[in-house]
Amino acid sequence: MKSKFGIKEVVATGIGTALFVVLTTVQIPLGFIPNTALQPRAALLAFFAAVFGPVVGGIMGLLGHALGDALFYGSVWWSWVFPDALFGIIVGLFSSYFSIKEGGFAKKEAIRFNVIQIIGNALAWIVVAPLLDILIYAEPAKKVFVQGFFAFLGNIIVVGILGTLLALGYAKIGGKSSSLSKED
Amino acid sequence: MSRILKYEQKNTWIDELTGVTKLLFFLLWSIVSMITYDTRVLLVMLLFSVVIFKMSEISWKQVGTVFKFILLFLCLNLIVIFFFSPYQGSKIYGTRTEICHLFGSYAMTKEQLFYEFNIMIKYFTVAPAVLMFICTTNPSEFAASLNRIGIPYHVGYSVAIALRYIPDVQEDFTRIKNAQAARGIEMSSKASLFSRIKNTATILLPLIFTGMERIDTISNAMELRRFGLHKKRTWYSERPLKAADYAVMVFLVVFSVGALILTFRNGSRFYNPF
Repeated sequence: MKSKFGIKEVVATGIGTALFVVLTTVQIPLGFIPNTALQPRAALLAFFAAVFGPVVGGIMGLLGHALGDALFYGSVWWSWVFPDALFGIIVGLFSSYFSIKEGGFAKKEAIRFNVIQIIGNALAWIVVAPLLDILIYAEPAKKVFVQGFFAFLGNIIVVGILGTLLALGYAKIGGKSSSLSKED
Repeated sequence: MSRILKYEQKNTWIDELTGVTKLLFFLLWSIVSMITYDTRVLLVMLLFSVVIFKMSEISWKQVGTVFKFILLFLCLNLIVIFFFSPYQGSKIYGTRTEICHLFGSYAMTKEQLFYEFNIMIKYFTVAPAVLMFICTTNPSEFAASLNRIGIPYHVGYSVAIALRYIPDVQEDFTRIKNAQAARGIEMSSKASLFSRIKNTATILLPLIFTGMERIDTISNAMELRRFGLHKKRTWYSERPLKAADYAVMVFLVVFSVGALILTFRNGSRFYNPF
């Protein structure tokens, strides 16, 4: 588990946030529930958190969502900002189990990654987001749980497909350290 | 009209305020309007928002597109709330005054209308604050302000990098998207859901891997300049706080406390006229 916030993490947070903000507009609507759509940026967040750890994931989720909302929609929906940060932290906590940077991301790691992302998404969107909606905005319970459930569904699909693809692709390009063996 | 909000320099008194003051305004304003459902407080805040927004001389050209989006989301949200729970208002205010029967088990009540009216003015209170904060705050000064309110400068620097690179990343995105479109990859709603996800991958992967390369380049450059060596750093665009800043901050804190006291005086967040 990495908890330090070095130069690489500073830059990764910055660029990750910029990518997240830009991808805010790339959405595939899910139907008639407002503000829920297939969001490729969720895959980006999962990927960055899995590579760089919980601090990067958390700040990127928080900042990226808040900035993206503010820049494109002119309002910040705080009860949906924090779940994104939480999701980043959860996936990031397990980053050492995925070994994406080391190039060891294969079938076993992909399964781990997907189990974690489903748990993270469930916690973030089925539990935390609706509760915050009710607590902060006093919205009707039925509406926010349906909304949360669709967000969960959309995100696990997107992260499952695109996130896994990203991790596989990057492990293939970036992974070189595993070819070295330690000399006695 | 620009699709994205951007900072533009105008020489109004709001521009002269430091980033710290504007950040505080943005945070307090959105927190208070988030908590309170007191219609009187919200209406006063709405009035302030509109007046300050006018004073900041932000043009329609800057915010028009975004404003239309806000309206669209607002309408959608209001309609959906009604369909999911048409009697949320009655539940909150404890009475039920029907105006007219609509269909099935749906009826329009005065309480529901009032509840949704409150949601609407909440949107209209926060929106000008956000628009103004984004349009009048210099990005690099914003990073300096974050550091000043106690956030570690590493994080402040991340924010600065994010704001600096949003346009660059957006340019990358457009370029990649056009290149893939030229290769005949369908991005519009004509394609099926699954193939749209697959096609998104053809943009997402190059974009993110370009980003990863960029991270290496920038962090190498920063490492060579020994970033992070000291516990503190100074900021080029930091400005000293002036009298106007202190005045605005004091007003904000007093106003927020007053608004919250007024909201919670009768034991609930809601103002009940019924």
